[in-house]
Amino acid sequence: MAVIEVQNLSKSYGNVKALDGVSFSVERGELFGLIGPDGAGKTTLFRLLTTLINPDSGSATVDGYDIRDEYLAIRSRVGYMPGRFSLYPDLSVEENLQFFAAMFGVTMEESYELIAPIYKQIEPFRKRRAGKLSGGMKQKLALSCALIHNPGVLFLDEPTTGVDAVSRSEFWDMLAGLKEHGITILVSTPYMDEASRCDRIALCCEGRILEIDTPEGIVQGFDRPLYGISAKNMFALLERAREVNGVVDCYPFGEKHHLVVGDGFDEKKFRNALADIEGIEISTVKPTIEDMFIKLMKR
Amino acid sequence: MERNFASFVKKESLHILRDTRTMLVVMLIPIILMILFGFAISTEVNNVNVAVVAPERTDGVHDAVERLAQNGYFTFKGYISQNEIDQCLRSGKANAVVVFAQGYDRRAAQAAAGIETKPIIQLIFDASNVNTAGSASAYMQSVLLGTASQQAMFETRMLFNPQMKSAYNFVPGIMGLIFILVCAMMTSVSIVREKEVGTMEVLLVSPVRPVKIIFAKMIPYFAISCIVLVTILLLARYLLGVPMTGGVCGIFSLSLLYLLLSLSLGLLVSTIATTQVAALLISAMVMMMPILMLSGMLFPIENLPIFFQVVSNIVPARWYIDAVRKMMIQGLPIMAVWKNCVILLGMTAVILAVSLKKFKDKLE
Repeated sequence: MAVIEVQNLSKSYGNVKALDGVSFSVERGELFGLIGPDGAGKTTLFRLLTTLINPDSGSATVDGYDIRDEYLAIRSRVGYMPGRFSLYPDLSVEENLQFFAAMFGVTMEESYELIAPIYKQIEPFRKRRAGKLSGGMKQKLALSCALIHNPGVLFLDEPTTGVDAVSRSEFWDMLAGLKEHGITILVSTPYMDEASRCDRIALCCEGRILEIDTPEGIVQGFDRPLYGISAKNMFALLERAREVNGVVDCYPFGEKHHLVVGDGFDEKKFRNALADIEGIEISTVKPTIEDMFIKLMKR
Repeated sequence: MERNFASFVKKESLHILRDTRTMLVVMLIPIILMILFGFAISTEVNNVNVAVVAPERTDGVHDAVERLAQNGYFTFKGYISQNEIDQCLRSGKANAVVVFAQGYDRRAAQAAAGIETKPIIQLIFDASNVNTAGSASAYMQSVLLGTASQQAMFETRMLFNPQMKSAYNFVPGIMGLIFILVCAMMTSVSIVREKEVGTMEVLLVSPVRPVKIIFAKMIPYFAISCIVLVTILLLARYLLGVPMTGGVCGIFSLSLLYLLLSLSLGLLVSTIATTQVAALLISAMVMMMPILMLSGMLFPIENLPIFFQVVSNIVPARWYIDAVRKMMIQGLPIMAVWKNCVILLGMTAVILAVSLKKFKDKLE
């Protein structure tokens, strides 16, 4: 049975459609990622599922409870970590945890086993004010607080935004550890490279879901040849490459440009067409989730 | 669940205690206001320099002048002649001149017997400060006439506050203002802070009803207000010498009711405002201004235009200040101000009901 079931959910703020007919479902114990840029509607979706706002149309259930009619039941069953740091900066690490434990009617001892792998890392700083923690430690504390009552479903809205690369990687390791406890996790992130850490991902853009699949499945869906090209003058290369016959798309991607080509593309002809650009290098590259995202967005 | 509640109160208290600056401001403002209004800003009769014009220095004149000189509020500056009066007032050597009529003793006796009907004492005041002059003249009459009040052509007596000490008047006003400041402003800001910082989102997604958290929020502010209340009452009694003959218990109980009302107002503001700045502005503009202008704190309500007199009825501080004045200065028991109590109680109930109804457990 699906733990999160979303059907045709829509939500508008004035004239802006934050969420436009979104449907998906998440199985028990799954780590499900919502991948998309800012403004894709991720936060709105989280607020809907955590019953903080009501949908304009469509329906959704969390753990079998309707988000509109049975929202109180949902609220005691889920853990929620909002996008911005939402703990009390003037309380210490320990006091924050104790407060959230009291709120859910549990003690820190009861939940210690679950939060231990995470909390142990910040325990040396338990007397420090939460506001004085580093970004990575703040996230760990927030996750500990969201987990204190052993929730069946965990909602994490951009938990790694504003966190250094090492802490981000550690954070995903922790989520993998939580899966072992059978906790269903819905997580959002704007970083495409984190998508591969999820069981399944949904690519979101402008209030819609473009595609839902496993990270591998998404990449496999990229059915055209892909090249990485570079030259001394990267900008001229980008401009000119787009005009060459047989090129479907060309866009900057890290240090190189990614070149998506169609049938009838010939590397030699391409080089000839751009003979006046110095130092062109062409190599085949494996498509990534970001390539798929760009492809879907342009469709 | 009780353990829950206790830890919420603890969390709230920690917020307040760790914000030392705000804490200090809250505790110091009442003391500063009391001292400011009690001593510095005063319209009361104090240090009035008096010169006397007496054609004959008879026993009656001596008696009257003696009474004046003995009085702590007047300073006797000596006898002057009729044509020195103007110059004396202008130079500021005296603020007031007392002129005794020719044949004062005889005419005073006749006045006592009801034969003489013309005034026999003239009081000339430097009225550049209207308030001081007005109250000083009234008080001076009563001093000059002394115990022999049968001599009076007219009789004015200042009951309860014969020296017209302005501190007496300001203490209830300050109380009406301070508690709105501490309770309403600070609770609303602290609730709205949770909304603004985003912790409200986390609080809402929990099994605890937010109303419970909010009541837990009120308790520490209530406690602080009680400390402030005791401070004000002690300062009023021992520093300013306000009599409080009506019994401290009554004043205290009524103030507790007013505290509850202020807390409810804070809750109401927090349901309207979404940012701390907005909460502050609403508290300051929508609540403080009417208290200053329409509660009788600074201006008597009877002197307001009719429109504002009507509006003043919905200002809670008006009823509170009025009741405290009656109890603190006139010495009436709490039963004498039952009407004010009922009105305040009703207002509290309405404000609380409206704000609880308006309080949403969703973000929109």
